[in-house]
Amino acid sequence: MQLTVWTYEGPPHMGAMRIAASMRDVHCVLHAPQGDTYADLLFTMIARNAKRPPVTYTTFQARDLGGDTAELVRHTLRDTVERFQPQALLVGEACTAELLQDQPGALAEGMGFDIPVVPLELPAYTRKENWGAAETFFTLVRALLRGRPLPQRGAEKPKANLLGPTALGFRCRDDITEVTKLLSAAGVDVNVVAPAGAAPADLLRIPEADFNVCLYPEIAHDTCAWLERMFKQPFTHTVPIGVGATVDFLREVGELAGIDVGPALAAAQTRLPWYSRSVDSTYLTGKRVFIFGDATHAIAAARVATEELGFDVVGLGTYAREFAREIRAAAERFCVGQGGIEPLITDDYLEVEAKVLELAPELVLGTQMERHIAKRAGIPCAVISAPVHVQDFPARYAPQMGLEGANVLFDTWVHPLMMGLEEHLITMFREDSEFHDEAAPSHLGPAARRDGAEARADAPADDAPADARDDALTWETDAEQELRKIPFFVRGKARRNTERYAREQGVATITIETLYDAKAHFGR
Amino acid sequence: MRERGQREVFCGLAGIVWLHRKIQDAFFLVVGSRTCAHLLQSAAGVMIFAEPRFATAILQDRDLAGMADCNEELDRVVHELLARRPDIGTLFLVGSCPSEVIKLDLDTAAERLTREQQGRVRILAYSGSGIETTFTQGEDTCLTALVPEMPAADDPALLVVGTLPDIVEDQFRRLFSAMGFDAIDAPVHFLPSRTAAELPPVGAATKVLAAQPFVGDTVAALVARGAELIEAPYPFGVEGTRAWLGAAAAAFDIPDVQVDAACAGPIARAERGLERYREQLAGKRISFLPDSQLELPLGRFLARECGMTLVEVGVPYLDRRMMDAELALLPTPERLSEGQDLEAQLDRLRADRPDLTVCGLGLANPLEAEGLTTKWSIELVFSPVHGFDQAPDLAELFARPLNRRARLAF
Repeated sequence: MQLTVWTYEGPPHMGAMRIAASMRDVHCVLHAPQGDTYADLLFTMIARNAKRPPVTYTTFQARDLGGDTAELVRHTLRDTVERFQPQALLVGEACTAELLQDQPGALAEGMGFDIPVVPLELPAYTRKENWGAAETFFTLVRALLRGRPLPQRGAEKPKANLLGPTALGFRCRDDITEVTKLLSAAGVDVNVVAPAGAAPADLLRIPEADFNVCLYPEIAHDTCAWLERMFKQPFTHTVPIGVGATVDFLREVGELAGIDVGPALAAAQTRLPWYSRSVDSTYLTGKRVFIFGDATHAIAAARVATEELGFDVVGLGTYAREFAREIRAAAERFCVGQGGIEPLITDDYLEVEAKVLELAPELVLGTQMERHIAKRAGIPCAVISAPVHVQDFPARYAPQMGLEGANVLFDTWVHPLMMGLEEHLITMFREDSEFHDEAAPSHLGPAARRDGAEARADAPADDAPADARDDALTWETDAEQELRKIPFFVRGKARRNTERYAREQGVATITIETLYDAKAHFGR
Repeated sequence: MRERGQREVFCGLAGIVWLHRKIQDAFFLVVGSRTCAHLLQSAAGVMIFAEPRFATAILQDRDLAGMADCNEELDRVVHELLARRPDIGTLFLVGSCPSEVIKLDLDTAAERLTREQQGRVRILAYSGSGIETTFTQGEDTCLTALVPEMPAADDPALLVVGTLPDIVEDQFRRLFSAMGFDAIDAPVHFLPSRTAAELPPVGAATKVLAAQPFVGDTVAALVARGAELIEAPYPFGVEGTRAWLGAAAAAFDIPDVQVDAACAGPIARAERGLERYREQLAGKRISFLPDSQLELPLGRFLARECGMTLVEVGVPYLDRRMMDAELALLPTPERLSEGQDLEAQLDRLRADRPDLTVCGLGLANPLEAEGLTTKWSIELVFSPVHGFDQAPDLAELFARPLNRRARLAF
C-alpha cells in the first residue's frame, strides 16, 4: 500500500476514457462499479465539454456480485452498440472489475459485432493514466492498421500526422492549431490529427502521411515507434515548446520531409526573444526556479528557463517514471548546482513538497499540485503541465507550442514574479507601511496580509529538513534582523547558505559578519 | 417505477468531502485503488488545503497477492500517517470497492489498531464503496460506525442526526431552546458532533430526529441502542421545518403554542424572503435525476411552497421508513422512479423537456448544450439549505439557473 494525499495521474482506465473522448464514432464500455462515473465530470466540468464522454459503464453493485456479472457485461455491450452504433468499440475494466476477472474484452469479441472490437488490458494496480492512454491509442491503431499494405506516397506536398493530442491534455486544443500553422508555413500539410478529433476511418489514413509528428510522447511515442516499423514512417523527436525547440523542430521536419525550411525559419516571428532581451527583463537573470510536471513539459520548460529566460534551474522532476532517462539527460544539461542536480522522479506529492521547501526557489513551474505547495510556501508559481484545473482550460487562444506558445510562456511565467522596480524599492527601503515584502497582493484584500507574510518569510527556511536545522547553530539577534532585510524571495536561500557556510567554517554562532562572509563566499 | 441499468451517481466516498470539514478531529483513510484517490481529489480538488484530513492507501499489485501481507501493510500505513499527524483523534478506515471485493476485513483491522494505540487514537471502519453505497449513504455508514462509540445515558434527550452546516445547527439550537427544551431539561444533541472526541450520549430515553433523509442505517443502529425515532418530514422550507420542529416538540409533550411562538418570527421572515422566488418558480416544470435522497423532500418544498410542477422525481433508493412522512405530503409527480437506467431516463427527460432538471455534474453541461436548463445537485449537499432562514436561499438555488438563462443574450 502507498499512502497518497494527491495523485498526479488517475488510473489507467482514465487514460482509455481520454482516448475515447478525444475521438469521434468510438465508444468505450467499461466494466466498473457504481460510482466510477465520477470520471465523466472531468470532461464535462474541467474541460467543459458539451457532450458526455462516449463511455458506458456496467456500474455493478454488491447485489450483482452474487449473480452473473458477465451477463451484465454482455447486456451492457449489446445495448451500447445498438444505441450508439460506433465504428469501433473499446472494452476495458476499471480496477475493481479487474479483480472479478470477467474478461469483458474476450466476451465482446465473442458477440459477433460487425465493427472492430478492441479489448484493453489496463493493469490498474501497476500502471497509471498516461500509460493507459498510450496503450489504448496504440492498441486501437494497431488493431485497425495491422496487415494493411504500404500506401503510395510522394504527392507534390509532404504530409504529416499530428499524434498525441487528447481530451483533458494540457493545452492540446491550441497546440494543434499552432503546430498546424507552423507546418503549413514550412510547406507541410497535416494528414490526420489523432486521437483528438479523429474517427476510426481517419486512423486508417495514417499510413498515407510521409512522417509523424509526435506531439506528446507520453501518449503517442509507442504508436509512432510501431508506425515507423510497420509503415516506414519516421517521426519527430523534438517537442516544439520554446523558441529553440521550435527552431529545432522545424529543422527536423525539413530533414524528414526533404524540404528547405530556411524561408519558414526566416519568417518565424515570436516576441519572446526581444521581450527577454529587453532591459526590463535583466532582473530575471539567475532567478532560481523549480520545475515539475510530465516529462515533455518539464524538459521543455527547463530549456526555456535556462536558454531563453536566463533563469537558474535548481530542481527538475517528473511523475512519469517511463521518462526517467530523458529527465536525467535534461537535468545534466540545464540544471545548475554544485555537484550536478539529481532529478526528482516520484509520484509522491509529499516528496515534491519537501524538495520545494528545501530548495526555496524563487519560482515554481509545475502542475496544479505544485500550486498547492507554492501557495503554502508563499512562492510564485505558474502551471506548465497536467494535472490542471478548470482555469487551465481557458477560453482564449493559449498554446504552449510553437511561436505563439513562446509568447504565452513568457507572459505566464513572468507574471507571478514581482516587477523589477518594486523589487529594488523593497530592497532599499524596508520600513514602508504598505509597500513592503510582507504586503499580500492587493486583490486578496487586507485579510490575506498576515498569513501570507508569515508563510513567505519563514516557511521555506523553517520547514527545511530537520538535519539541516537541529544542529548547534544559533543566530545572534542582530544577524537575524539583518537577514530579514534581505528580500523575501532570496531570504530562504541566504539563510541556508549562511548556515552551510557557518558549518563548513566551524562557526557555532552566526553574527552579521558571518552573514556577509557567506554572501561573499557564495555570490548573490 | 423501479429501474436497473447504468447509474450515474457518486459512491459513498464522496461523503468524505464534507464529513472531514464537519468532524474537526477526524481523519479519513480510504483503503482502495488509484481510482478512489482520483475521485476524492476530483471532488475536492478545488479546495486548497494546507493539510487535508483525508488520504488514500492505494493497493499495489503485491497487496493483492496475500491477505496477511495486506494487514501488515495497512498497519504500516496507519503508523506512518499517525506519526505525520499526531493531532488525529479519530481515524476512519474507509472501505472501497477493491478492498471489499478482496474481502479485506477493515473492522477487525480497526479493532486491532485501536487496541495497539492504547486509547491514544480511536480507529473505526465503515464502507464508502460504490458497490454498497450511493453518494450521501457514505455519511450514513460513517455515522453508523460512530453509534457504538456513543456513551450510554438514560436521561431524556433529543438527538438530531445528519450533518448540518454549523450556522444551521446553531439556528436549530436556538429554536429548540426557545420552544422550551431547556425548560423541560431535555438537552439537544447533534450527530455528527463537531469533534469525534465529544460524541453525544444515547439510551432508552433518547428520541432521534433525522435532519437528513439518508441516515436510515444510523437511525436503525440508534434504535438498537434503545432510542426512539420521531417520524417527521425533513426541515426544508417553512412547512417542512415547522412540521419537523413540531414533531420533536410533540415527542417531548411541548405544547404547540410554544412551537408557534418560537417559530413566528423566523416563519414571517422566511415567507417574505420566499415571495420573490415564488414568482420566478411558480408553474415551472422540474425533474430530478437520482443523486442524494434529497429529491423527495426538495420536490415537496418546490411543489407545495414554490408552486413548481413535478415531472419525474428519481431517487437512488427508496427507504420507506425514512420517507413515509414526506410521501404523505408530496404532490403526486407525473413519475416517481427508484434506481436508474441512465439512457432510458435521459430519453424520458428529452421527451418531457422540463423547465429545470436537477442532475449531477457529469450530465449538467451536456444537457445545457441540448437546451435544457439544469441545477447541479451536489451543491444542495454543500450549501446551508435546512431551516426557516435558509428557505429563501434554497429556492434561490433553483431560481438562479432560470434567471441566468433569461439574462444571457447569446
